[in-house]
Amino acid sequence: MNARRLWIALATLLHREVGRFLRIWMQTLLPPVITMGIYFVVFGSLLGPRIQRIDGFSYIEFIVPGLVMMSVITNSFSNVASSFFNARFQRSVEELQVAPVPDWIMVAGYVGGGMLRGILVGFLVLLVSLAFHPVRFHNLAIVMAFLVLTSLVFALAGFSNALIARRFDDISIVPTFILTPLTYFGGVFYSISLLPPIWRALSRLNPILYMVNGFRFGFLGASDIPTWIGLVTLMGLAGALVALNLLLLARGVGLRT
Amino acid sequence: MNTALSIRNLSKTYSGGLEALRGVDLDVEEGDFYALLGPNGAGKSTLIGILTNLVRPTAGEIHVFGVDARAHPERARALMGVVPQEFNFNVFEKTLEILVFQAGLYGIPRTEALPRAQELLERLGLGDPMNQIAQHLSGGMKRRLMVARALVNSPRLLILDEPTAGVDIELRRGLWEILTELNQKGTTIILTTHYLEEAEKLCRNLAIIDHGKILEQGPIQDLVRRLEVQTFVLDLAAATTLEQLPSGFQIRQIDPNRLEIDVPEGLTLNQVFAALEARGVEVISLRNKSNRLEELFLHLVGRGRL
Repeated sequence: MNARRLWIALATLLHREVGRFLRIWMQTLLPPVITMGIYFVVFGSLLGPRIQRIDGFSYIEFIVPGLVMMSVITNSFSNVASSFFNARFQRSVEELQVAPVPDWIMVAGYVGGGMLRGILVGFLVLLVSLAFHPVRFHNLAIVMAFLVLTSLVFALAGFSNALIARRFDDISIVPTFILTPLTYFGGVFYSISLLPPIWRALSRLNPILYMVNGFRFGFLGASDIPTWIGLVTLMGLAGALVALNLLLLARGVGLRT
Repeated sequence: MNTALSIRNLSKTYSGGLEALRGVDLDVEEGDFYALLGPNGAGKSTLIGILTNLVRPTAGEIHVFGVDARAHPERARALMGVVPQEFNFNVFEKTLEILVFQAGLYGIPRTEALPRAQELLERLGLGDPMNQIAQHLSGGMKRRLMVARALVNSPRLLILDEPTAGVDIELRRGLWEILTELNQKGTTIILTTHYLEEAEKLCRNLAIIDHGKILEQGPIQDLVRRLEVQTFVLDLAAATTLEQLPSGFQIRQIDPNRLEIDVPEGLTLNQVFAALEARGVEVISLRNKSNRLEELFLHLVGRGRL
């Protein structure tokens, strides 16, 4: 296929993926916005004023970037994992397999859809946060870089999960047992400077810590981790996951016997 | 005449050790209407799966209109359309969107795909509820939808895996008409089917596959001509007794008004009729007990040789 036809194939897949999550917005966009709104009420308005300032910022101001990032992570991941696994389950993924679509288009189409949902949900959560505290940007370019790279990494991870999964249960294992604990212990609600040294050192093994802190730095100009480490970590993870997905597809994992 | 599909020494051994294909060689000429027959588990679906990128071959070569399908899989797939055995579209999508989506994957822009998809849906009798959600279609309509989807990229080679399995006779005949028309317009068609009457009616050439190997391939007429024995059913004008039947023939009485007779190569029907007439047995009609292709198939698959 020439470049124009490849672009049409990619745009077709993206169009369907975006159309899918927009069509079922009650399941895809509304729930995370409501959940995060509740977090803002409970932690920001009710408990927040009783918690002392962190790095010079009010508690609601401190947790907003982390909660936005949490929404981006879970939605980018789950969009790709559920949509692609469902296509495998229904066998409609065969429409892609029989067509002259290279593997990288399949990855790009699904991952692009997941990224767009993650970013859109993140934007909506940020909008809701305005009801509780005005937003300020220390460095918009860093905010955007972390937003795009984080959604990319977790959409790619969702694709890997959907390829490897054999049952619907398998696509809920990662969010439940890996993403949720890592996100909660990733500095969304606290600064790791508050932790004892051993837990601080262990926290540095959690990749989500780098994402949350880098993203927070873009808003507040304060972070537990140097921003460049976060960016390099994200780019490294993205590169590794792209390679993993292409390798899995080339070997036919989950798709070809 | 160009070769639409050329397969050489194609093998597939599944991870569990099952040898589904064992060195298959197959040639399908451009413009042919080709039947691929075989019992369940013979290797047909594996072969179709390899051609359509759903199964990875263990060894062998495939060329589609001269394009090496293993070296340039996307170029080869661009020339093909596939109607699978099982429904494999997103049941929550609308029919028009399913076709437009598939066209897009072949690089056809939406503005071009829309009128083409509408035309195909009309042509396949899905025009009235054109934009229904696929899940609400009847079984027959879903099957026609898969045919329409396979045609949206105007393939030069159309592969149909049991397209009429479980569909009523009216729909089956409708599909036959569509496929015949497509073939007459130049589309090369490969069909797997369990209905041997369908293969004999539609196809010019066939291959019979069993245990992962091609047992026979060639023009259908040449192959059925090689049958050693044909069995006919005779309807009689009046009830007969066993004593009335002539000796020297393999005749069985089904009931007093019907006989079954095996006619081996070298014996003519004229000789049979003459013998019956001499005994006062009047025949009012005759038919093959089973279709000739079915007899050939049973000879090859059931007995392992012609």
